[in-house]
Amino acid sequence: MQKIIFAEFIATDIKKFVIEAPKIAGKRKAGQFVIIRIKEGGERIPLTIADSDSDKGTITIIVQGIGKTTKELNSLKTGDTIMDVVGPLGKPSHIENFGTAVSIGGGVGTAIAFPTAVALKEAGNYTISIIGGRTKELVILEDEMREICDEVHVTTDDGSYGEKGFVTKKLQDLIDSGKKIDFVLAIGPIPMMKAVADVTRPHGIQTVVSLNPIMVDGTGMCGGCRATVGDKTVFVCVDGPEFDAHKVDFNELVNRNKSYEFFEKESLEEFECPSKKASN
Amino acid sequence: MEELTNKERMQIPRQKMPEQDPEKRKKNFKEVNLGFTEELAIKEAMRCLQCPKPVCISGCPVDIKIDEFIGLIAQGDFLGAAAKLKEDNALPAICGRVCPQEEQCEIKCVIGKKNDPVAIGRLERFAADYEREHTGIRKPEIKAKTGKKVAIVGSGPAGLSCAGDLAKMGHDVTVFEALHELGGVLVYGIPEFRLPKEIVRIEIESLKDIGVEFKTNSVIGFSDTIDELLENEYDAAFIGVGAGLPNFMRIPGENMIGVYSANEFLTRVNLMKAYKFPEYDTPVLNCKDKNVAVFGGGNTAMDAVRISKRLGAKNSYIIYRRSEVEMPARIEEVHHAKEEGIEFIMLTNPLEFIGDEEDWLKAVKLQKMELGEPDDSGRRRPIPIEGSEYVMDLDMTVIAIGNGSNPIIQKTTPDMEYNKWGNIVVDEETMKTSKKGVFAGGDIVTGGATVILAMGAGRVATKAIDEYIMNSSEW
Ligand SMILES: Cc1cc2nc3c(=O)[nH]c(=O)nc-3n(C[C@H](O)[C@H](O)[C@H](O)COP(=O)(O)OP(=O)(O)OC[C@H]3O[C@@H](n4cnc5c(N)ncnc54)[C@H](O)[C@@H]3O)c2cc1C
Ligand SMILES: Cc1cc2nc3c(=O)[nH]c(=O)nc-3n(C[C@H](O)[C@H](O)[C@H](O)COP(=O)(O)OP(=O)(O)OC[C@H]3O[C@@H](n4cnc5c(N)ncnc54)[C@H](O)[C@@H]3O)c2cc1C
Ligand code: SF4
Ligand code: SF4
Ligand code: FES
Repeated sequence: MQKIIFAEFIATDIKKFVIEAPKIAGKRKAGQFVIIRIKEGGERIPLTIADSDSDKGTITIIVQGIGKTTKELNSLKTGDTIMDVVGPLGKPSHIENFGTAVSIGGGVGTAIAFPTAVALKEAGNYTISIIGGRTKELVILEDEMREICDEVHVTTDDGSYGEKGFVTKKLQDLIDSGKKIDFVLAIGPIPMMKAVADVTRPHGIQTVVSLNPIMVDGTGMCGGCRATVGDKTVFVCVDGPEFDAHKVDFNELVNRNKSYEFFEKESLEEFECPSKKASN
Repeated sequence: MEELTNKERMQIPRQKMPEQDPEKRKKNFKEVNLGFTEELAIKEAMRCLQCPKPVCISGCPVDIKIDEFIGLIAQGDFLGAAAKLKEDNALPAICGRVCPQEEQCEIKCVIGKKNDPVAIGRLERFAADYEREHTGIRKPEIKAKTGKKVAIVGSGPAGLSCAGDLAKMGHDVTVFEALHELGGVLVYGIPEFRLPKEIVRIEIESLKDIGVEFKTNSVIGFSDTIDELLENEYDAAFIGVGAGLPNFMRIPGENMIGVYSANEFLTRVNLMKAYKFPEYDTPVLNCKDKNVAVFGGGNTAMDAVRISKRLGAKNSYIIYRRSEVEMPARIEEVHHAKEEGIEFIMLTNPLEFIGDEEDWLKAVKLQKMELGEPDDSGRRRPIPIEGSEYVMDLDMTVIAIGNGSNPIIQKTTPDMEYNKWGNIVVDEETMKTSKKGVFAGGDIVTGGATVILAMGAGRVATKAIDEYIMNSSEW
């Protein structure tokens, strides 16, 4: 049982949690994640460790409610508990002084990109971040990013805040303006990561994405999280989650993530409207 | 009770264990075997000749005093029999259910030369169940505290048996487990209908009662490394992390939706209880009215295929590249699978999985095989028959062709000796690894083996660990 020390919505459907987890707080590195199970009978889901405080023994996670488990998690409040939290899992991000590093976060991906952006800055990079969302309410962690980055650009699909357009447009603009970019980290919805890879490929810019397949154990035991990178099958939970964006088979990942669509819908309907089940 | 002559004993037929009717059981996850009644157990126990030199014992990896415990059952002293079992086997209710008895203890039984051997496993199960159901598991004697601390990594049968024995010696024992539940393959691999999880849970409770501490959600290597355990708190460590890395066949289409590793399929169903979806949140792909094929011929394959039937599959197949005699699965499991309507396609190997445009599995291309000369394993090598390829419709498949060793420990503890498959190298007399203070046993050492061998390894290590932490710290 891990206690939730603090919980607060930071955008529509996006909630920040500070959770008691001293062991993980003391160990975790940028790019690593935890797997949580809210309660008995619950699913195991992976969530990136957005931040940690080893003195207080806490970790921060930022969760977007998109299905049953994330919505149920987002209904928890300060003082509630989470049954299982395991981590830190996955390989830490590969950090070095590349020169100029751009971190791109789409939606809740910004939360996942944040710890790595911090580490890139600490390693001496000139750090730029491009954060985007569909609309103003979905742009998160802008202040935090501004605190650590040399430049921050905000985009929204509908133009309600920052520049109108996708994060890839901003990236393209930066490249076209002649800025020398040495490294790009892109985290967000799969189509966004694919689009970033397509933008940087012709320029030969080293680009890393963090993959989000469906996971079960998170320790390399089940193989459910497998993806194709280059001509190799990888287990994302232990070989990643970060990989060379130019080699990832994004289509396969999109398809595999649809495996349980039918069940996810059923789960969510039952969670949001339990009376339905009782009546049939 | 009157004494029987050996001749009279030999005339008693081997007693059948009651089991759920196949038609009924293939629709539920309840235990298939129902266990002996007291009468059946006594009758079966009477068949044992109480040999002056009980050769059956030589077939048991932990040297259970088989003649003695069966003698006690014959006398109606069921609790005495359970106590006798516990002297050598920490988990008799489990071994009695899952041991491959037919090739271990029972194959050695003298009666087996002419008749069916004594049903040692079923009697073991009976005595252990009797104790659990009538008195609860009784607490063993525990020696005075030594103040020494041992870390056990992994809560499968190897780790549990090591933990139990060390605790009885008075040591402080902490078991670290990566998953949220304890028991290793006993909970995530072997299905409920073969080994009810309640039994595993009660066995583990009995270890808690004697002071063993359990820490779930602790992936050693990530949360603490072996070095950190030894530096910070523990006098020795035992690694029993099992063989947790699924093998795939490396053929085209293996990443399609509908292709599962046995580990994923079993974990979803057994550990996460996907068969109770949506009461439990984790789903498993729909098998109802579908064609499901499981590739492999071991216990894992049998478990997976029998689960698919219970999840409503229209056709469930075992597809194996050798012939039925080479299948490593227990005979009882094969027999049960056939009774439940599983179809066996032998001497056949997959070449390629075929899917639709969204990567959903639709079919598999298969090739027939024939048996050639024996290979390293002593079994005849399957050779492809050119031109025998054909396509079979398929909606879901499970690859159950064995496990490799999970690399987490190796990557985070590089200064220990491993073989080329990543198994930890140990001295078989003591289970000592090449690293001071670290012992290992079970599947991580042997590769995928059996519950009783893993438990045996845990026991062997116990003696050496005790010796090491109490008497010397030499390596
Ligand atoms: C390494 C990693 C780090 C992640 N970090 C974060 C994070 O910091 N914040 C955050 O909000 N989300 C994060 N995710 C995604 C998060 O795990 C999923 O959103 C969550 O599992 C969905 O569960 P659900 O029951 O709410 O939704 P579901 O109803 O199960 O699914 C909704 C959608 O999410 C996808 N999905 C389903 N199960 C999983 C799963 N186990 N893993 C990944 N995707 C899944 C499905 O493709 C589906 O489209 C991360 C994923 C990975 C792999
Ligand atoms: C489906 C299936 C059916 C089987 N049927 C039979 C049968 O009928 N009869 C039989 O005798 N044998 C059977 N076996 C084989 C038997 O289960 C294994 O040989 C036995 O469980 C091995 O025990 P172990 O303790 O070495 O490892 P495991 O049982 O694999 O346990 C290892 C434990 O360590 C944990 N772990 C792994 N890495 C770490 C880490 N880094 N930190 C912390 N914990 C970790 C794992 O999560 C796991 O819980 C079967 C196996 C399978 C998969
Ligand atoms: S533990 Fe297994 S091998 Fe030993 S006597 Fe019991 S059933 Fe036979
Ligand atoms: S060999 Fe058979 S008959 Fe003899 S003691 Fe063992 S079980 Fe009994
Ligand atoms: S989640 Fe099971 S291997 Fe990665």
